[in-house]
Amino acid sequence: MFAMEVLPNMFGGGGDSISNILSILFYVVFIVFLFYGQRIQMYVMIREVEGSLYKLKYIKEEGRKTTIETIKEIGKPQTDPSDRVDRFLEYFTISPQSMDPAGIVYKLDHILDVRDTRLKDEVKLMAPASDEVQINNLENTLEAAMALNFIYKVVRHYYIQGKKTLSLYIIMQLQMILPLVMKEAEAYASALKAFADGQPIGDGAGPLVAAKLMHGYETRKVPKDCVVASVPIEGRTALIIKAEGPGGNVGKPGEAVQAVIDENKGKVSSVIMIDAGLKLEGETVGEVAEGIGAAIGGPGVDQYKIEEAVVKYKIPLNAVIVKEDIGDAVSPMRKEIADSADKVIERVKNVILERTKEGDKIIIVGVGNTIGIGQ
Amino acid sequence: MSQNSSSATTKISTYLMMIVLIVLALSIVALLLSVNAFIVGNEIVAGYLLVIGFIAMGLSVYVLFQSRKRAASMKIEAPKVMTTIECKKCNFKSVREFQRGDFVFKDLDPCQKCNDKMIITAIYKEVKEKEKTYGV
Repeated sequence: MFAMEVLPNMFGGGGDSISNILSILFYVVFIVFLFYGQRIQMYVMIREVEGSLYKLKYIKEEGRKTTIETIKEIGKPQTDPSDRVDRFLEYFTISPQSMDPAGIVYKLDHILDVRDTRLKDEVKLMAPASDEVQINNLENTLEAAMALNFIYKVVRHYYIQGKKTLSLYIIMQLQMILPLVMKEAEAYASALKAFADGQPIGDGAGPLVAAKLMHGYETRKVPKDCVVASVPIEGRTALIIKAEGPGGNVGKPGEAVQAVIDENKGKVSSVIMIDAGLKLEGETVGEVAEGIGAAIGGPGVDQYKIEEAVVKYKIPLNAVIVKEDIGDAVSPMRKEIADSADKVIERVKNVILERTKEGDKIIIVGVGNTIGIGQ
Repeated sequence: MSQNSSSATTKISTYLMMIVLIVLALSIVALLLSVNAFIVGNEIVAGYLLVIGFIAMGLSVYVLFQSRKRAASMKIEAPKVMTTIECKKCNFKSVREFQRGDFVFKDLDPCQKCNDKMIITAIYKEVKEKEKTYGV
């Protein structure tokens, strides 16, 4: 009763009951926020993470469903592939021990080879009626589904851990990176559909340029899963390399470049690599930039091999990239990226004219996933 | 969609719907009480209740609208992918929707104009919304 009389006066309120109630309400809210503010903030964050987690679960389930439907449609399996797909989604790869890093690149290369063979064999069992191109596309589809499954499980792990320990810092870290995680998950969801249908993706900018340059010329296979064509450009002989399309495939450009350089006994005046490069916020999608070095992503094995090969013969290494963000790289190719192929060809021709002499041999490598791009 | 994920989405909407309905009911009670207070002659209380009632009603409608928007954003929209077909001889060009089996440099049926073979020269999606530049 004392509070009812004194507190409203302290707050400066009037004497009626409504102002009394409002004043007391104000003090209650103030005290609650004073002692439980952080906890309330944490619950708000938990709710936000929970919402994103539901969305991730939805995306993951949709991915699984699309994958199974595509396998059934293309592969015509005798039995339901759902169990095999679920097992596939849980596959993991253990990277080699790096305490003694000498020779780690070849160990990693071997592990990646084994993984690739294993995944392809699994896909063949799941979809017996599919051809080589479809197997590659299905493998890519399954890998996108695997990525979605992994993202969901990691976010769920930190969410549950944060809830169990009621640690603001675990939840806060998760909540802070969540927009980027969601963007990546949505990109993979989009990629999954593109892989299932065999549509070119943004990462295919390099192979698209290479395909435009080599189209109409005779191609031959080079290790591993790549093709090369000899094309006359500006009075030089360009040996153009790309992963063999149109199935979802990145090939092993490292081995291909090594093989082509060795075939020519190192008499190559320049290696030009074309790839999709991550853009910074504010940069335009499809912007073309030029630089030096091995323009290639992935685990680093191919970059290492290319650098080894060019260093051995002291060959200059040039790069041209098409800028795009992670979402564009794994989702169906945007028009801006498709249109940039001609700009890249102009840039490559400039590099050739400025950096090499007539009669020289050059290597042009289109790096990236060649899904939906032939040659 | 599997049953699990559909239950997940409905779980969010049920939870939200419950809160929204409670707030909506309270706002209606507040509005009725305000009418009652006005009839009795207590205009200040009626005014307070009217404001509280309208704010609560506005908030509940807003939350309901937001939750519907969120539920709609759950759907993964497949972008429209287009295929450009060209005749290298007469430069005849046509654009159609992507069909499974299409790939860049795939040979297609002969050209309607010159009867030379047509090829797919590009496959792309068009993104309509422009990126914000944030004035920098």
